[in-house]
Amino acid sequence: MEYIMIIITAIFVNNILLSQFLGICPFIGVSNKISTSLGMSGAIMFVMTIATISTWLIYNYLLVPFGIEFMQTISFILVIAALVQMVEIILKKTSPALYQALGVYLPLITTNCAILGVALLVIQKDYDLIRSVVFSVSTSAGYALALIIFAGIREQFELAEIPQGLKGVPIALITAGILAMAFMGFAGLA
Amino acid sequence: MSLMKIFTNGFIKENPLFVLVLGTCPSLATTTSATNGLGMGLATTFVLGLSNLAIALTARHIPDKVRIPAFIVIIATLVTIVDLLMSAWVNSPGPNGEPSLYDQLGIFIPLIVVNCIVLGRAEAFASKNKPIASLLDGLGSGLGFTFALSLVGSIRELLGSGSVFGLNLLPAQSNILIFILAPGGFIVLGYVIALVNRLKRT
Repeated sequence: MEYIMIIITAIFVNNILLSQFLGICPFIGVSNKISTSLGMSGAIMFVMTIATISTWLIYNYLLVPFGIEFMQTISFILVIAALVQMVEIILKKTSPALYQALGVYLPLITTNCAILGVALLVIQKDYDLIRSVVFSVSTSAGYALALIIFAGIREQFELAEIPQGLKGVPIALITAGILAMAFMGFAGLA
Repeated sequence: MSLMKIFTNGFIKENPLFVLVLGTCPSLATTTSATNGLGMGLATTFVLGLSNLAIALTARHIPDKVRIPAFIVIIATLVTIVDLLMSAWVNSPGPNGEPSLYDQLGIFIPLIVVNCIVLGRAEAFASKNKPIASLLDGLGSGLGFTFALSLVGSIRELLGSGSVFGLNLLPAQSNILIFILAPGGFIVLGYVIALVNRLKRT
């Protein structure tokens, strides 16, 4: 039951994009087409889960025993950067098809604040390893949901008449605001 | 380019938030009030100025291939310093029991590491320029970001809770709560950027 609560809260109630404001850059930049946002979501789901597991292990088995928790920012970002490189190299060798689909999005992910954000949130919430994995998978599912809905809306922008000054980023932000309002309706769920 | 021009360039012409649209995550999350926006902006300015200085001083000695990881380590070190300083200095709860600035900014302080503005200035300016110019460039961009955050924070605070920097201006019944919640952040930032675009054209 508790796991179901974590899943629903992470996907709908505290959606990482629309209520936590993590990972907005690719949200505004990449989400012009449904196909690119599917690729980005896949890459994020993959990296976020692996990154959360490795940072959780490093925090609990390396930083805590030595009493150097203040090193978490430095060690987490280095682990994530190295991990993204490694995932890229392994994918290229073992699964060229998946690499083709995710390839271009992988380097962008190092500086995606959602990855580091979730790694830090899991520590802050004091989750154990299984809860952390459930949390990161469902958070990235929520990210994917918001990104794909938003891309679908933005594809319609090409047909709509938008006032000159609002074209581009402003209308994207205002649309995201309305989408966030819709997601607020889930607040009663948990 | 004169030093003054470098400083003002980041502030107005290439304002990180309004013109380059970088660092949107902290600018949406931490602008629920003008004070929070200012606090976040100043923390970022500190990191930006010093990281630009440190990178300008060391860039010649860093091999090109490991340049990005090296920059990230320098930035992460400075962010850790800011995190520790803020947890020491701005960590006392407000008079009415509201959470301290440090608690309100929460994970967005460590997340300055992945703020695109910091790595962006390091890569685009500091790695190719002299230390003093880089320091000024960082401070200019940082203060531009601070100004942008304070402006968005003031608008949201005024509409959402009727005050600016905690100073009451509007009666309580005219508060529109949505502006200090998530959707208000997106909408206010959207309209402010639209306004800046309009002003730039004339």
